[in-house]
Amino acid sequence: MAIFLTKESRVLVQGMTGGEGMKHTRRMLAAGTNVVGGVNPRKAGQAVDFDDRVVPVFGSVADGMRATGADVTVVFVPPAFTRAAVVEAADAGIGLAVVITEGVPVHDSVAFTSYAKKKGTRIIGPNCPGLITPGQSNAGIIPADITRSGRVGLVSKSGTLTYQLMYELRDIGFSTCVGIGGDPVVGTSHIDCLAAFQDDPDTELVVLIGEIGGDAEERAAAYIRDHVTKPVVGYIAGFTAPEGRTMGHAGAIVSGSAGTARAKKEALEAVGVRVGDTPTETARLVLSLLDTVHEASEA
Amino acid sequence: MDLYEHEARALFEEHGIPVPRAEVTDSPQEARAIARRLGGSAVVKAQAKTGGRGKAGGVRLAADPAEAERTTRRILGMDIKGHRVGRVMLAQPVDIEAEFYVAYVLDRAAGRFLAIASAVGGMDIEEVAATRPEAVVRVPVDPAEGVTSATAGAIAQAAGLPPQTVDVLVRLWEVLVREDALLVEVNPLVRTRQGQILALDGKVTLDDNARFRQARWGADSISYDDPLEAAAAAKGLTYVKLDGEVGIIGNGAGLVMSTLDVVAGCGARPANFLDIGGGASAQVMADGLSVILSDPAVKSVLVNVFGGITACDAVADGIVRALDEVRPTKPLVVRLDGNNAACGRTVLDEHAHPLVEQATTMDGAARRAAALVNTG
Repeated sequence: MAIFLTKESRVLVQGMTGGEGMKHTRRMLAAGTNVVGGVNPRKAGQAVDFDDRVVPVFGSVADGMRATGADVTVVFVPPAFTRAAVVEAADAGIGLAVVITEGVPVHDSVAFTSYAKKKGTRIIGPNCPGLITPGQSNAGIIPADITRSGRVGLVSKSGTLTYQLMYELRDIGFSTCVGIGGDPVVGTSHIDCLAAFQDDPDTELVVLIGEIGGDAEERAAAYIRDHVTKPVVGYIAGFTAPEGRTMGHAGAIVSGSAGTARAKKEALEAVGVRVGDTPTETARLVLSLLDTVHEASEA
Repeated sequence: MDLYEHEARALFEEHGIPVPRAEVTDSPQEARAIARRLGGSAVVKAQAKTGGRGKAGGVRLAADPAEAERTTRRILGMDIKGHRVGRVMLAQPVDIEAEFYVAYVLDRAAGRFLAIASAVGGMDIEEVAATRPEAVVRVPVDPAEGVTSATAGAIAQAAGLPPQTVDVLVRLWEVLVREDALLVEVNPLVRTRQGQILALDGKVTLDDNARFRQARWGADSISYDDPLEAAAAAKGLTYVKLDGEVGIIGNGAGLVMSTLDVVAGCGARPANFLDIGGGASAQVMADGLSVILSDPAVKSVLVNVFGGITACDAVADGIVRALDEVRPTKPLVVRLDGNNAACGRTVLDEHAHPLVEQATTMDGAARRAAALVNTG
């Protein structure tokens, strides 16, 4: 079943005809994603030939949805146009918009995430690698050949750390891996993914990857304590990172947390989450916990 | 990007927020002239992007122009929490009757901005929030509506601020939105004995992502404390100098941070953070490695790349290019995995540089790089 994305998902690509859009649409198709169209108002009516698959270009997200029944859009448009692209997708009533674009101004992210929420569109990103349900569909830029389908769910702020963990656990495989993005404001949080993984019968265990800054991991810990019965394994990056950009005195007032890696690790451990010291050790914890789960279910 | 106080003051003034008369300088002689222009006495304030300037002795009242010159001479060059003071701002002293705190700050979890206001200003607001939480008012701002006079009125009333601050709250929101700021803070906002409202000190953090539509920021507005950081920035690399011995280069902020942690876990200290980003070319890798190899503090180098979009053979080509250009004397440990990793490893094997060795795991690579610090 997986979360947010399955083989049934019909995927549009906003910015498909640009350089990045072309490259990654080709990869998504190769990974089995059902890419049903691209969106570019200046190239409406044209089609792009990706080797053995011809993908039509629509003038708007609404046109693409009408013609194809698309329910997911992947956004590759440049930062200056991202806000308009996401608002357009939300207005068209699409269920999921995966915003890959890096460098989106925070005021724009604030505006379009709040707008999409009102319209009932889930946003993943911005500045994210997207999500993959291995063997079924890949919406974004996560390499599809690192891992295979399996029973671990993964949620992470960081792209390359996601890849590293996918690789470490390639023999176990994943239900869905979600890269939620590392920007200060993102549409889908760790908590949203934990809730979905908790309800997903294909997911037995969740890996949660966090990093310094903000208090998303502390909030996730509180959520795990109250709502998650599946085992969760954590990893936090940034113990030795220099202090990040200051958010002034007001930053800590908002979150009540220092945002340090240590504070996050402690918050997770306090609710029973095992936290690895390195990605490799995190993978080992996953393996040992999965064994335990299986022994318990067999007993 | 954080602004200096005088830059924040200028933005406030431009948006119609009342501020005291002030001028900035890096010269004690000029400070004397400024004090004269301000009417004789002046508050001399160190310009440094950090808090606690007052406690460090970086803010002093000078009674006359001669004292302003002496005080400026004392403050210039001062080190405040690692920030060297290069300039001072001289401001006209004001008679303070009451001090307040107002700010707009990003609430990451809620995905919106939050107004924070308090009638207890001038102090460390974190301390006020901790000891007297009821004295600090937090009001979420609806992104679609922004801060209107009505919203500002409600914020001021809830915090117990005088009605004259409503206009400041509206204009401060304009600063936040029009300048693409992530934080605007006025502390203290004061009422003078003459009944005037003035933003006495301010902090503004601008959103680097909005640079493309904020033309006047200009590249020269960013100053780097470290020459290596400046060199890396000129090549478009994300580099932060640290005080250890293991030079670190990788792809993706999360993986690089993780690499720093793993190296520290092996008992060595990272010399830097360097992220070559996604889909890096051979040239980007070569540039990054050149920056690290030119750091005299580096005793060994760890290259940790997991190729997602990045092709490991391009990374290997970049390493070879840097080795040919820089002719290093320090050992390198390289771990390549993911996209085209086998090709990348072959490139390095064939180049067979005596100072380069490959590792198959991230932990193994970190252990080796840490061990090489002592033999290099």
